[in-house]
Amino acid sequence: MSRRFWRVVVLVLILAVVLYPLLWMLGTSFKSREEIATNIGLWPEVFTPANFREGWQNFDVSFGRFFANSAMVALLTVVGNAISCLLAAYAFARLRFRLRKVWFAVMIGTLLLPGHVLIIPQYVLFKQLGWVGGDWPYLPLLVPQFLATEAFFVFLMVQFMRGIPYELDEAAKIDGASPYTVFAHVIVPLSRPALVTTAIFSFIWTWNDFFRQLVFLSDLQDYTVPVALTLFIDSTSESAVGPMFAMSLLSLVPVFLFFVAFQRLLVEGINTSGIKG
Amino acid sequence: MAISTAPPAAPPAGSASPGPASRRGRGGPRRRENIAGYVFLSPWLLGLMGITAVPMLLSLYLSFTNYDALSDFSAVEWIGLDNYREMFTADASFWHAVRVTVTFALVAVPLKLAAALGVALLLNRAFRGVGLFRGLFYLPSLLGGSVALAIVWVNMFNRDGAFNSLLGLFGIEGAPWVNDPRFALETLMALAIWQFGAPMVIFLAGLKQIPVELYEAASVDGAGPWRQFRAVTLPMLSPVIFFNLVLETINGFQGFTSAFVLSNGTGGPVDSTLMYTLNLYIKGFTELRMGYASALAWVFLVAIALITVVLFSTGRFWVHYADGEDR
Repeated sequence: MSRRFWRVVVLVLILAVVLYPLLWMLGTSFKSREEIATNIGLWPEVFTPANFREGWQNFDVSFGRFFANSAMVALLTVVGNAISCLLAAYAFARLRFRLRKVWFAVMIGTLLLPGHVLIIPQYVLFKQLGWVGGDWPYLPLLVPQFLATEAFFVFLMVQFMRGIPYELDEAAKIDGASPYTVFAHVIVPLSRPALVTTAIFSFIWTWNDFFRQLVFLSDLQDYTVPVALTLFIDSTSESAVGPMFAMSLLSLVPVFLFFVAFQRLLVEGINTSGIKG
Repeated sequence: MAISTAPPAAPPAGSASPGPASRRGRGGPRRRENIAGYVFLSPWLLGLMGITAVPMLLSLYLSFTNYDALSDFSAVEWIGLDNYREMFTADASFWHAVRVTVTFALVAVPLKLAAALGVALLLNRAFRGVGLFRGLFYLPSLLGGSVALAIVWVNMFNRDGAFNSLLGLFGIEGAPWVNDPRFALETLMALAIWQFGAPMVIFLAGLKQIPVELYEAASVDGAGPWRQFRAVTLPMLSPVIFFNLVLETINGFQGFTSAFVLSNGTGGPVDSTLMYTLNLYIKGFTELRMGYASALAWVFLVAIALITVVLFSTGRFWVHYADGEDR
């Protein structure tokens, strides 16, 4: 047999191991309670949607509410990141202003700052402001996203904008355009690929994020999907496994759809942007 | 911040031709650009101050106090280095968490990188369906950090989970892995390694950059596949290996979600999954000892910074920058 053949055989075997947990989750979600206990196979003999019906209404608040909360937080995060990071990136990439290099170094520094370090003082601060558990408990989650605190996206956009030819700015300036006009008419339209990447990744990361949502959300009706899912763990009785898996599976659907739609961009876009330098 | 609300550009001092006309002239743009810079930077600057810098200083201050989140700020008591003293000398859970976290990073990170490099080498040839393989190997990196997958993972290693069923097929009797303090952390390591897709993609990009001529030359000199890997691939790939190592180490030290899900937020069984960040969460938000948790956070920050510095200083000895030498 050719080496290429064995290469593919090995890859298929590794892939089987990698995909097994996902397929197991898929299969288990559609098994009946009895089958979860008896059928150890990957696939259910009888497909039943019972787990989804049960899981959806498992708590006093329906999962529809949790999904709506998660979607709102994720979408507003996308908007916040896209706008605020674009503004900051334009300044860093295209404008000459005093202390630019210093601020840029500070921005790179915050890139490496672990989020866990800031969570306690942020909690204290936001609580003093009445934001934690306030009228609209999502302020602590969303306000930072409108202030370009996600340095990774600022960096990503700066790198991207450096690739836009400076002649375009110069031509616009000779025509009397201000930095604001250049931004609105040259940079923003040409930055669409970077904006799309930022939007997709801020959606996925926020959708999957757990730590901040766990810390800042305290009322059941305000919970996002990840926080709500942990409620299942409290009730670790055998009967909860099916509904828990069904809701876990549902929670991954949006990310999976993004994966299907933007596979190339996701795989090649962000991960390699860091080393192209 | 004040500068962003400064009045619009005035003609530069000492300008030869003051007056409205010079505003639009060639002398103004410099200053105009300076102001525009700060206008565009203002949301970021506000975030830097309000969301990052002030909280960091506040956290440093709180680390010297007994602040407990319940009582009023006026009741905060300055207790000097007591939190730090307790952490290093009296609090067994601190050292335990350090041990758990270091063990996790030391095992999971190299194995994850090895898996990523191995699969990347297998994928680094053109054949039909290579793109699909790459995408599917990457999928766990997109989903794996979520609570949903941690839940599935924990159940997979339960007493009657899929892993034990699989062992049963070979006549091996499994253990309740996630409830056994000897194995619980290992299941979390396995979850981390399973997400090798992200570093794999970076390795693939790096492998594509290695000139084919180097392999041709090596093969002319009689080097076999292993020798080529040692003498060409590894040195040429070392900057990418280094990049992945730094990234994954920093990520590894911050593991939280899977440990929280496995132990339902306790770090159990018998503290075997008490990752540093989970310990910080427990001290700060379960026990409400926010002063102490702030001290934990600062020690964590210093530790991460030190590890990064150490990684970078060792990098000088084994990371090979081809273009640096050519010049």
